[in-house]
Amino acid sequence: MEILHFDIAAPIAAAGTRKMALVGVVASGNLEVLVERGDAPDRCAIEISTAAHGFRDLWDAVVADFVGRRAAGGLRIAINDGGARPDTVSLRLAQGVRMIEEPEA
Amino acid sequence: MSNFRQSWYEAGARERIAALVDTGSFAEFVGPEQRETSPHLGIFDLPAQFDDGIVVGSATLDGAPVLIAAQEGRFMGGAFGEVHGAKLTGLLHAAKALGRDVVIAFDTGGVRLQEANAGEIAIAEIMRAVAEARVAGVRVIGMIGGRAGCYGGGGLIAGCCSTLIVSEQGRISVTGPEVIETNMGVEEFDSRDRALVWRTMGGKHRTLIGGADVFVEDDAAAFRGAARAALARPAKLDLDTLAAEQARLERRIARFGDAADATDIWRALGIDDPKAIPDMPATAFATLAAQYRESADDAR
Amino acid sequence: MRQWNTRKALREERIAAGAGFATGKLVRPETLVDFLEAVLRPGDRVCLEGDNQKQADVLAKGLAAMNPARIHDLHMVQSGVVLPEHLDVFDSGIAKRLDFSYSGPQSARIAKMLFGGKIELGAIHTYLELFARYFVDLTPQVALIAAVSADRHGNLYTGPNTEDTPTVVEATSFGSGLVIAQVGEIVDTLPRVDIPGDQVHFVLDAGKPFYVEPLFTRDPAAMTETQILTAMLAIKGLYQPYGVRRLNHGIGFNTAAIELLLPTYGEKLGLKGKICTHWALNPHPTLIPAIEAGWVEQVHCFGSEVGMEDYLAARPDIFFTGPDGSLRSNRAFSQTAGLYACDMFIGSTLQIDLAGHSSTITANRIAGFGGAPNMGSDARGRRHPSAPWLQAGAEADPDTAAPLRRGRKLVVQIGETFGEGNAPLFVETLGALELAEKLDLDLAPIMVYADDTTHIVTEEGIANLLLCRTADEREQAIRGVAGFTEIGRGRDKAMVERLRERKIIQRPEDLGIDPLDANRNMLAARSIKDLMLASGGLYRPPSRFRNW
Repeated sequence: MEILHFDIAAPIAAAGTRKMALVGVVASGNLEVLVERGDAPDRCAIEISTAAHGFRDLWDAVVADFVGRRAAGGLRIAINDGGARPDTVSLRLAQGVRMIEEPEA
Repeated sequence: MSNFRQSWYEAGARERIAALVDTGSFAEFVGPEQRETSPHLGIFDLPAQFDDGIVVGSATLDGAPVLIAAQEGRFMGGAFGEVHGAKLTGLLHAAKALGRDVVIAFDTGGVRLQEANAGEIAIAEIMRAVAEARVAGVRVIGMIGGRAGCYGGGGLIAGCCSTLIVSEQGRISVTGPEVIETNMGVEEFDSRDRALVWRTMGGKHRTLIGGADVFVEDDAAAFRGAARAALARPAKLDLDTLAAEQARLERRIARFGDAADATDIWRALGIDDPKAIPDMPATAFATLAAQYRESADDAR
Repeated sequence: MRQWNTRKALREERIAAGAGFATGKLVRPETLVDFLEAVLRPGDRVCLEGDNQKQADVLAKGLAAMNPARIHDLHMVQSGVVLPEHLDVFDSGIAKRLDFSYSGPQSARIAKMLFGGKIELGAIHTYLELFARYFVDLTPQVALIAAVSADRHGNLYTGPNTEDTPTVVEATSFGSGLVIAQVGEIVDTLPRVDIPGDQVHFVLDAGKPFYVEPLFTRDPAAMTETQILTAMLAIKGLYQPYGVRRLNHGIGFNTAAIELLLPTYGEKLGLKGKICTHWALNPHPTLIPAIEAGWVEQVHCFGSEVGMEDYLAARPDIFFTGPDGSLRSNRAFSQTAGLYACDMFIGSTLQIDLAGHSSTITANRIAGFGGAPNMGSDARGRRHPSAPWLQAGAEADPDTAAPLRRGRKLVVQIGETFGEGNAPLFVETLGALELAEKLDLDLAPIMVYADDTTHIVTEEGIANLLLCRTADEREQAIRGVAGFTEIGRGRDKAMVERLRERKIIQRPEDLGIDPLDANRNMLAARSIKDLMLASGGLYRPPSRFRNW
């Protein structure tokens, strides 16, 4: 497995009080995204575990787009990737942010 | 197509739990944030899932306290691995200790090949744990209606449950269709003949032949209602139950052992138009089944 | 003195030679190979049906079993290269030259054989183009066709899968060629007469139905959120503003998702009766919910689809049916309808380059063209106006005075930025160009040309190429919807923003669509079973799709 780490500036801070959110499933073409609260409200830490080696540049682009567009600040994100396409990754990250901003169940 | 009907078949493990339990009542045990992942999959360069493909915890169902488990059929086909199996074993031990009923949403192809030994051991431990919980008076209610069905070791565990709830899409068996074809030849069983697969292992047939107890629509609300009703059924497991089950199985094979196809069994049960069964809508089928099915009520 | 009836005389010879193996018009089945060797001549131009779906499979097997020493160097002209036997005849030398249109199921093997020099390629055509040549310079001397049944006079019933047969028979029979039909059974009275007996010279009772490929069934269970998002974009960003009533959908999951969103998302937008009323379309099971909900007035079909026969027969207000009640399809006329009577084509492809050319050819697979280029092209011979056509024409060419400004057909390519196997949809150089070099072709096999393409729809948004004025704008418009592909990441961000301001690029947010709202609950049917239920049990899905 290839493990990738990103720790980047995230200008839009995540809202809500939920401690954790989970979206997706590890299946072919899919991924699971575990969202938790991190330390710095203006940064986002993302760890990715993937069996598809050598796609760092692509993950870089997806992550950069994500923190630019979504409320990713103050979040710590862990991903188990089943070989998902970039647009699916973007979608799950956005779903994760939406879910962690939801009121407690 | 009503968009209000939540398909059980389509739903993932967490969605099924959310649909079954009282809102906000679910507390997860060994949740994904614990990161108790498979210690084996990395060796095969296969991705792990944080909950190892099974969600377990406690909840209430119409106020009744239950322990609940749901397998994620889309992760490795819902198959049992070391951690996955241990979570279910632990849940059943807790059920016995607490005297709490258990609801299990099966969605599994059996044991993971990559974790074969640990998986098979887990199946045995789970079956023992089911039996011990039931002897202590705990109900173990199984629900089957997902994409992976309930195969292999899952089928064995299902056979130990006190009540089985099944939908049309659900399948229960030990050996899977492809393995039967490989071992017995395509003339004996053509695994690509999906109508045949469902006639042989599917929810309607299992209901009619006494392999499942309650037939429901592919609707999370229907599964919830059936689970609720099952929690009110008696669930003793003792020597009398086992003797009754033995007698039921002996009677069944004597009665249907020569049947070449499920339609022959349905005809023998007294159903006039057995060929109409597969396409029959759920409500009509449930009514018909209630009248004609082989029951296993005293043998569960 | 010139003889003027040589072709008729040759046909009489063939009939006389074949008569020894037949009783009247009925070929004795056990003599099929001898019969074919008797009626054929080396170098003949032969049309073997080889349609998109139905296959004259028994005749194909007979053809492939001939002795190449007796019959060789045939010139095969056929729509579809589908069965293994269609290529076996080239392997053995029975056939030498090929003109065709579509080779989906044989795309890998045909590529190998073309590269290996086993097939002399005439050309790859579209269906309508090949049919056209049957009447000019590729008239078949012998046609081997497939029908459901025949009577003793040789009248044929071709049923729902009529497809190419009337066209093939018209050209062959009236061009003095020989027509041989394979049928499933001989009956006393046909349900209806699709091909009159005096156009048919021999009939073979194959004793079983002809083979049919099920092609148009897309399982809703496999539809992804991304495909649903592209479908929402298409409906709100194209169908609605242009008011598209008359259209053709190419086969694919994106278009199937559009069909399934009409009764839900389309309804929510208040579009019933305003879009998608008249179709040139194969009988897609995914259109059933829209038909049942009253969206559709009429559909003309190129062919049929396995399992749909009873549903089609039960909806004669919508589909073209015969006096017997069953569907009558006709590929040539449906292709013409798609060309001239539709205001939009929307379909999927494998590769799009920076100019906007698209192609389904990759290095190792040659699938041919089928009908897409007919649908996916601007019909410059069109004269009758319609609102969408005029609107698109005005966008393309605002400077010309309206009375002299032709309209444009909407030709839309829709797909996810990454396709099968995570291969990018957008590329610098099309595989088709490499293929043209390898096979020394005059033209690279392009499915839809850039100057015909009006829009590209991906999950990132819609690019309106009609509004682009320079090649640069075009390139950036394409990069601007190419997502995270290398092409997409190479965009000029500032220019893409300017294009967005001019509405050359529209993102989901610009159309009021939140990508997170795209979910499977929006589909009017989420499974094959749902489709069956929507049809009231009339649709009988093929076994491979059952999960009950």
